[in-house]
Amino acid sequence: MSEQVPQDLQYTKSHEWVRALPNGQVEVGITDHAQSALGDLVFVEVPQVDRKLAWGEACAVVESVKAASDVYSPVAGRVVAGNEDLSQKPELLNSDPYGAGWLMRIELDAKAPTLLSAGEYQQFLKESE
Amino acid sequence: MGLKTPLYDIHISAHAKIVDFGGWDMPLSYGSQIEEHHAVRREAGVFDVSHMCVVDLTGARTREFLRRLLANDVARLTVPGRALYSCMLLPTGGVIDDLIAYFLTESWFRLVVNAGTRQKDLAWIREHAAPFGVEVRERSDLAILAVQGPAAREKTAALLTAAHRATALDIPRFAAAAIDVRSGTWFVARTGYTGEDGFEIMLPGTDAAETWRALVAQGARPAGLGARDTLRLEAGMNLYGNDMDETRHPLESGLAWTVAFEPEERDFIGREALARARAGGGHRQVGLVLEERGVLRSHQLVSAADAAAGAPPLGEVTSGTFSPTLNRAIALARLAPQSATQVLVDIRGKPHAARVVKPPFVRNGKPLIEIQ
Repeated sequence: MSEQVPQDLQYTKSHEWVRALPNGQVEVGITDHAQSALGDLVFVEVPQVDRKLAWGEACAVVESVKAASDVYSPVAGRVVAGNEDLSQKPELLNSDPYGAGWLMRIELDAKAPTLLSAGEYQQFLKESE
Repeated sequence: MGLKTPLYDIHISAHAKIVDFGGWDMPLSYGSQIEEHHAVRREAGVFDVSHMCVVDLTGARTREFLRRLLANDVARLTVPGRALYSCMLLPTGGVIDDLIAYFLTESWFRLVVNAGTRQKDLAWIREHAAPFGVEVRERSDLAILAVQGPAAREKTAALLTAAHRATALDIPRFAAAAIDVRSGTWFVARTGYTGEDGFEIMLPGTDAAETWRALVAQGARPAGLGARDTLRLEAGMNLYGNDMDETRHPLESGLAWTVAFEPEERDFIGREALARARAGGGHRQVGLVLEERGVLRSHQLVSAADAAAGAPPLGEVTSGTFSPTLNRAIALARLAPQSATQVLVDIRGKPHAARVVKPPFVRNGKPLIEIQ
């Protein structure tokens, strides 16, 4: 079963994805690989709006039936939105990790740090198999 | 690389996620563990539990030996085929393992013990069996399939000839029967670890793959250890290593009902320690239902809802999960004696309200706990 890695996103080695939005903000979620490894998600906690995040800071929690896992902010900035739908429908993270399962939107403090391209992330997944 | 059951290749070709469990490579799930859970509650699922260890005890003094070895009393087994759940204790009262004992004949009993404790169990059993002249034989030639759910018995019976079908469907709860099939003998027990009706079938390992396929063809859904854990927790059943271990005795683990103090003259291993503990009034096991969103996990600390600042916690969660049937987090916890019905559970540093309840949470497909 091949895991999806959309070309137009950027990635981290801790399996978050980052989408550049037209207004300069970014949208963040977890990858198809991450949701598949976690299994059925049953609880998601997203950060409060206006929370300041440092790069690499634990900022959200995703829990599956078997384990809780932290999500690390792939950028530094201020949270402008959290995906409230996930509190009632955590399974959106399983069914649509790059769409309806987005976690938060962030206004960047500075230019985004260097992230992995889709190709680099795919290579990383292959190496860590 | 761990040990493999005769069904390992089937699990791999079904794209199961494989995990280590007690040294065995076992299927965690075949896709969605929540769907597997619901299949067992609503119709039927089939689990490979061949990692569990079958031990046959033979000899004229087998019953006498087990009355010494086990905290529950096999004198209660008077009809061949009947089964008994029991703990096997250290002299301290600590639990070496929990197991099921089947009475087959006066000179043949069968035990099924956990995979993760296999070695120490066998050593302990052999050591104590010797003075009774009881022979201890591990049956690693057998595989075990658990077929569980409201339709599980019918789906299993469909694999048998008409005469054997009746025999299988007549097996009472918590009893077993030997049934001859073309490839050998099936030992069919009406037991399980899900809170649903069903069978656990011990059969020759060489017959396991064909039987598995036949059960799946009958509509039993392959289910992994993930679903097995959420099902057993909803059913209020303990997991060895989580809810009990060698440092805790059965009275602290919700298992007082499995300790036979009567008759008084039966001198089982651990009796003295338990008699002392019984008088003491120590920790006890309770069920918890989380009143908020979140997931309960083992080792989370539990405090009284009205506890003063700095007061020590009442105890901790021993097994927690998200209950697919109740759509809420549930747990077993071991707490100091107290009467609070509302407690706080520390989840990642934040207090979350939980309600103290009496397990089980779900039985035979029906919630037993009201969810507000």
